[in-house]
Amino acid sequence: MEKTLLYEELKSQEYFINMGPQHPATHGVLRLLLTVDGEIIKKVEPDLGYIHRSIEKMCERDSYQQIVHLTDRMDYLSSHINNEAVCLTVENALQLDIPDRVKVIRTIIGELTRIASHCLWWGVIGMDLGALSTYFYGFRDREMINDIFEETCGARLTMNYNIPGGLMFDIHPNFVKRTKEFITHFRNKLPEYDRLLTGNIIFQNRMKGVGILSREDAISFGASGPVGRGSGYSCDVRKHHPYSAYDKISFKEALQTEGDSFARYRVRIDEMWESMNIIEQLIDNIPEGDYKVATNAVIKLPKGEFYQKVETARGELGVYIISTGTKNPYRMKFRSPGFSNLSLLNHIAVGGKIGDLVASMATLDLVIPDIDR
Amino acid sequence: MQTEALQKYLEAWEFELTFGEETDQFLNVNVHPHQLLEFMRKLKSDPETYFDYLFCLTAVDWESTMEVVYHLESTKHRHILVVRTKTDERATPVLDSVSNIWATAEFHEREAFDFFGIHFKDHPNLKRLFLTEDWKGYPLRKDYTDEANMVIK
Repeated sequence: MEKTLLYEELKSQEYFINMGPQHPATHGVLRLLLTVDGEIIKKVEPDLGYIHRSIEKMCERDSYQQIVHLTDRMDYLSSHINNEAVCLTVENALQLDIPDRVKVIRTIIGELTRIASHCLWWGVIGMDLGALSTYFYGFRDREMINDIFEETCGARLTMNYNIPGGLMFDIHPNFVKRTKEFITHFRNKLPEYDRLLTGNIIFQNRMKGVGILSREDAISFGASGPVGRGSGYSCDVRKHHPYSAYDKISFKEALQTEGDSFARYRVRIDEMWESMNIIEQLIDNIPEGDYKVATNAVIKLPKGEFYQKVETARGELGVYIISTGTKNPYRMKFRSPGFSNLSLLNHIAVGGKIGDLVASMATLDLVIPDIDR
Repeated sequence: MQTEALQKYLEAWEFELTFGEETDQFLNVNVHPHQLLEFMRKLKSDPETYFDYLFCLTAVDWESTMEVVYHLESTKHRHILVVRTKTDERATPVLDSVSNIWATAEFHEREAFDFFGIHFKDHPNLKRLFLTEDWKGYPLRKDYTDEANMVIK
């Protein structure tokens, strides 16, 4: 009796918390306005635009070669794949016949990019949940990939290796050797990730059953990449709309059906294994030939509309060009995977605690420049 | 369904539709703004079309008209359709919101509102998403100028 009275006297009230724009768990300048009752989340409202650079508007006055350079500032952890998306759109519009050598090299570097991105994500997810050491393990392995990129592409993060028509230059003589060395190294090190973090009971308790997303909701919210596949939704662009060399290789699409944070976590770990399989199928069979085909110095696309989907480390990136036949696009739209994945954050976080929000957000793997563009 | 079959199937519906050219990458269909919502509902619910995945929603400023382009895909049949709708109203173009059909439209429509000033009727939370509340104008429109922040060639 007394207990009920006491409870009624203690009136609770909803209040707001600002998470970000400068918060370590938002991984960039993302501001979330949380409505909370005690520690239970009632509403999550993202406030975007802190690093919006209006890339789409800039594209309208840039040439197609220049646009490629803007795209690796979107999702900087998938910079190679972003470049590839624009190049593929332009090449398809011009109906260029791209040499097989280019397709294979693009695919290998794309998969290395995916591994590098997932390594960083794995390091950071541990840190978000209080396990600081994972960061160093993730970065140790990512460093080897960055060294390969540095040698071949001349840069470690914003590589700009793709140009419309092919690649900027041929691969470095060490490329094959070092990539193989990395695969051998990483095949031994990836099980270490499982031993360090996946099996950890504290980690599992914070991930399992947290941020559940059903398959229907995943499709409705336009989820893609590991977020969609963690809900059992087969959405791998590499499978359904193959580009570059993906139609020539066999690989499994990593799928989990639980839809919780742990499922999304395991999808990314499985994807790293699959990426290694893809690279191993291609690395010994890089076809001989040219590394680019000549294009006009001033590229003019024919009048019309062109759309290209690719699978970045975060999901489905779409490049949509409307051309009126001039050297600049009339309208250019980037359908970014992070933007759609962020839109479902409110859906999966409501009813959970603030700590669960950090876990859910870590498995969405948001890169803010990709959302803000 | 293949492009031709899909076009035939949609032509049998009681909507005023005009289709794009054969050379287009995907099947394009233009629909009148008044019929948009009903058409979209049917595209999602009809088991033969079943467009359950809206993968891209964007607006285009054609200077005399404003257009909204919806890219749809069916996760069951794996066919793609591009739906387009145009309005002549430039000052405050109003279109129906499709956010209760596809949840992803909520954010994408807010983006289109933010940059193109298209008002989506019955949108649950139509306000600026990237820009500040007091921002004047809609930056991705062709006639937008900002002498302080833009390099005008």
